[in-house]
Amino acid sequence: MSEPLPLSAITAPHLPKGRSLFEPHRLFLMAVFAVIVFCAIWFLRWDWIPRYQDRLIAGIGQSLLMLATTTAIGFLFAVPLGLVQVTGPWPLAWLAKGFCTIIRGTPLLLQLWLLYYGLGSVFAQFPEIRSSFLWPYLRQAWPYGFTALMISFAAYEGEVMRGAFAGVPKGELEAGRAFGMGRFTLFRRIWLPRAINRALPTLTGETVLQLKSTPLVATITVIDVYAVISKVRQDTYLTYEPLLLLALIYLCLTGILIAAFRLLENRVPTRGA
Amino acid sequence: MTDTAEALHVSNLHKRFGALEVLKGVSLTAKQGDVIAIIGGSGSGKSTFLRCINLLELPSAGEITIHGETITMKSDGHGGLMPSNRKQVQRIRTQLGMVFQSFNLWQHMTVLQNVIEVPVHVLGMPRDKAVEIGEALLRRVGLYEKRDVYPSFMSGGQQQRAAIARALAIQPLVMLFDEPTSALDPELVGEVLTVIGDLAKEKRTMILVTHEMKFARDVSSHVVFLHNGVIEEQGPPAQLFGDPKSERLKKFISSIH
Repeated sequence: MSEPLPLSAITAPHLPKGRSLFEPHRLFLMAVFAVIVFCAIWFLRWDWIPRYQDRLIAGIGQSLLMLATTTAIGFLFAVPLGLVQVTGPWPLAWLAKGFCTIIRGTPLLLQLWLLYYGLGSVFAQFPEIRSSFLWPYLRQAWPYGFTALMISFAAYEGEVMRGAFAGVPKGELEAGRAFGMGRFTLFRRIWLPRAINRALPTLTGETVLQLKSTPLVATITVIDVYAVISKVRQDTYLTYEPLLLLALIYLCLTGILIAAFRLLENRVPTRGA
Repeated sequence: MTDTAEALHVSNLHKRFGALEVLKGVSLTAKQGDVIAIIGGSGSGKSTFLRCINLLELPSAGEITIHGETITMKSDGHGGLMPSNRKQVQRIRTQLGMVFQSFNLWQHMTVLQNVIEVPVHVLGMPRDKAVEIGEALLRRVGLYEKRDVYPSFMSGGQQQRAAIARALAIQPLVMLFDEPTSALDPELVGEVLTVIGDLAKEKRTMILVTHEMKFARDVSSHVVFLHNGVIEEQGPPAQLFGDPKSERLKKFISSIH
């Protein structure tokens, strides 16, 4: 941590110093916060947590699984989506552009429902599909949730990668060519890693957004952590306690995600300019 | 043309950008150990000429031969040329060590990674051998201590010296320098020129496009003065700088001093 600190100090010179945490007004705010937390713990009901503990953990697991698979596979699609827009022949570039525009221009919830209620019921009408080996999967909800989230991530990140590919300095690519790199080597060794490097800060934010899009799959009966909390609310008639816990869970997950991405970003230090 | 003492031979090179003809038939021969300095005003076509040698710019006409091997070209259908064998171009490029005006180091790699990148991933050299060679080269250009530093944390002079080490790492037949000091602050020019001067002393074949007249005079074995896309005058540095024949070269030299 000793290296990045002076750099962040350059970009944000008003950043508080460590000792200023103990200034009087900060101590006061901390005390207020402690009182709120204490009241929340003391006066609200939390006795239901042990009963739902296992389901909550399974729900968190489902949410994280959705996040990890949709971002990983979505990103694999985003790379070619971005690349053809920068360098591809015009029909491909046009197709990719159209895909990104349509997906980014419509609500994710709408896409999810179109897939699940639309495509799902169409599939059910064909005996060939019903009798195929895929049916045990296609009759479940998660493939539709996964597909919708994955496509959405691919479209957004396709745009991000387009900008990242276009932004890699021409001279560095030229240097690769000048030293005899073929197209594939140049892409694999210079263009792609350099583009990902540039896109990482944006990808951090996009992944956090994706995490907070995963609760949508609860609307098509996938049991993620949001669905578990909804169940708690139905069973116990409690409103605030489950929602507060849910907020805390998402906050923690976001914090972990950002820390992990920060590690990745710091692997290649760059100067602010 | 199969004379192996001839490291580089360019004959009758033309380059057009649309209606503008930048090179109007430039020929040049570099024997092994020659240090050829190309000088000329801006817009004279000297950088374009250098970039045509390793086909970063595709010439419109002409022939390029490196160590007896001529790059096969075919018509691109628009009045220009394109290489007919991409593999041959890639192979020949690995024999030409290019140093750019703006360094063009790969910013996502450390200095050492930059230096071993081409040997390992293009030439297929074992990694530990490439590291050994790379570290020796970095020691030569005075950057051994900086081997694990990323380029953006170094000065322009250090970056350019690293770029020279990267070009040397492929053990090139010919080094190509494209105005290597033009993007540097004045106080950093010296350290880069020292490195290039050392290379010249050890009889490395080099083509050097430069604005540093004194340096060109000191290190080169042959000077070419390019003006408006043609070679206006050429010869040994003492003759060219001491007794210029053409009016334009006289004017050019007096404008520099």
